Amino acid sequence: MALTIEQIEHLALLVRLNLTENEKQDFANQLSSILNYVEKLNEISTDDVEPLTHILPVSNIFREDEVRPGTPREELLANAPLVEEGCFKVPKIL
Amino acid sequence: MELFELTVYELQEKIKKREISSEEIVKSIYKRINEVENTIKSFITLADEKNILENAKKIDAKNEYNGLAGIPYALKDIFCTSDFRTTCSSKMLENFVPTYNASATVKLREQDAILMGKLNMDEFAMGSSTERSAFHLTCNPWDLERVPGGSSGGSAAAVAAGEIPFALGTDTGGSLRQPAAFCGVVGLKPTYGRVSRWGVIAFASSLDQAGPITKDVRDTAIIMNEIAGYDSLDSNSLDVEVPDYTQFLNQDIKGLKIGYPKEYFQEYVTQEVKDAVINALKKYEELGAVVEEVSLPYTEYALPAYYLIAPAEASANLARFDGVRFGYRDTNAENVLDMFKQSRSAAFNNEVKRRILFGTNSLRSNNYEDYYLKAQKVRRLVRDDFTRVFKDYDVIVAPTTPTTAFKIGEQINHPIILYLNDIITVPVNLAGLPGMSIPCGFSDGLPIGMQLIGKPFDEGTLIKAGHAFEQSTDYHKAKPAVGVK
Repeated sequence: MALTIEQIEHLALLVRLNLTENEKQDFANQLSSILNYVEKLNEISTDDVEPLTHILPVSNIFREDEVRPGTPREELLANAPLVEEGCFKVPKIL
Repeated sequence: MELFELTVYELQEKIKKREISSEEIVKSIYKRINEVENTIKSFITLADEKNILENAKKIDAKNEYNGLAGIPYALKDIFCTSDFRTTCSSKMLENFVPTYNASATVKLREQDAILMGKLNMDEFAMGSSTERSAFHLTCNPWDLERVPGGSSGGSAAAVAAGEIPFALGTDTGGSLRQPAAFCGVVGLKPTYGRVSRWGVIAFASSLDQAGPITKDVRDTAIIMNEIAGYDSLDSNSLDVEVPDYTQFLNQDIKGLKIGYPKEYFQEYVTQEVKDAVINALKKYEELGAVVEEVSLPYTEYALPAYYLIAPAEASANLARFDGVRFGYRDTNAENVLDMFKQSRSAAFNNEVKRRILFGTNSLRSNNYEDYYLKAQKVRRLVRDDFTRVFKDYDVIVAPTTPTTAFKIGEQINHPIILYLNDIITVPVNLAGLPGMSIPCGFSDGLPIGMQLIGKPFDEGTLIKAGHAFEQSTDYHKAKPAVGVK
C-alpha cells in the first residue's frame, strides 16, 4: 500500500508537525516502503487469535484517596519555556 | 592493571579489604575518560570532577563498605535524574532537568553508588546505531569507524572502553542487547515488569524495559540484585519475589536443556556470527547441557508486528512534547497550533518524525484493525511460540545480531535495513521475556554476541548459563585497544 502526499499532510496535521515538500515526498516513500514490509502479516490468518494487549497479569490498583504534598509550583515551572505570574504562558489560542 | 579496568565485583572486593578507596576509583575513571572520551564520545553530560571526588571522600569516610557504595556508574540519558539534565539525546529536552529521579537510579543512590553522568543514545531510543543523537555520534571502541549499536550505544561503548564499570540502559526491541553484542560486553533485558520503568522516559510502553550493561555476567547478577523488584510507582511492575542473583553463579549446568531455534540461524545471519554461536553451543554440550534444535515458526512475523506496535505507542507517548510545560519551544509562533507544530518540527529528528507519522497511521480508525490490532494478534502467536518451547527447554540460545557492528553511515538512510538489525531481539520484547547478550567470539576483530533467552522472571537461569560459558572461555576478558598507549 502506498501513501499519498495528501495522506502524509493529513497525518502531519494530526501529529502536529510541519513538513517541507521534500520531507512530505520522502516520508511518503519511506512510510509506503515500511507499509509494504508490514503487509507480510497478512500472510497469516489471525481471525481466531485474541490480541495480546498486555504481557503481564496486572490490573488497576487504587490507593487511598488521601491528601499528599504536591511538587512545589516553582519546581514544575522551572522547565517551562515561558512563565508569567506563576502560570505557563502560551500564544493566543483564539 | 589500573582500577578502571576492573569489574564491579573486583572493585567491591578491593574496597571491602580496604586496599583501595572510592576516591582512587573515581580518579582512575576520570583519567580513563580523559584518555578516550574525545575519541569514543559516550557521554552527553559528565559530572563535575571536583563534586564527585568530594562525594567519594564522604562515602569513604562512612567506612561502611556494603553493596555498591563508592562504585561509579553512568546512565543512558533516558533515566530521569534531578541533578543532571535528562535529554533523551533530543533537542526537545536539551535543557530539561527533571524534578525527580527514576526508581532504578534511586536504588543505586541509596547504595551510595556514584553517578558519573549521562550517556549518549539514539533520540528517544529510536535507532540501532546511536547515529540518531541530536548531540554527537558515539564510536565503537573496537573500531572507531563503526557504530556502537543502539539505542543504548553510549552505555555499551562506555563500559567496553573502561570509562565506567557499569551502566544502565533500556531495551525496547534490542536496545540493550544489540549494542552489548557490538561492543563485546554483557547486556541484560530483564522480564517486562522486573525492573521499574518509573522515571524512564517512555518510547513504547508495552515493550520498554530497563537493565544493566556490565563487563561480565557476575556484575550483571550484582547489579540486578540492586535494581530488580516491585515498585508501586510503576503500574506495570509485578510483585514477584526477587532471588539473590549471585546464587546462580558458579553452578553446574549438567542437564540444562538448551534449545536453538532454526529460524534464528537463517541466511540473514552472517556465517561468522552463526559459527561463533554454534561453537558456543558445542561448548555448552561439553559442559553437560542438552542442546537441541527447536522451532519458533512465527519469528518472521515478529519484526513487522514490532514495527506496527512500537511506533503506535511512541506516537502516543511523544504527544506530550508540545513546548508548553517543558522542552523546546519555537518562540516565533503567533498561535498555539503553530507553536506545537513548529516546536515539534524543529526539535525532533527524521527518525522520530517517521515513527510518529507511521504509528499514527496505524492507529487511525480506518487502519486500526488491519494494522495495530493485527500486530497485537501476531504478538500473541509469537509469545505462544516461546511458551510452547519453554515447556521442554530451560534456555533458548541464538545470535544477538545478524552481523557484527556496521560502519558509521552505512545504514542510516535505509530504515528497513536498519530495522533488520533487531530481527532476533524483538521477539523477546513482544513476549516480555528476559534476554541477555554475552560475548561469544570475534570476527575481524569485532565482537560477536550470543543471546540467551529465558522464561518469564527466570533471569537466574540466564545468569547461570551465561556465567558457566564465561568460566570456560575468555571472550569477555578481551578489551579494545582504544586509548591504550
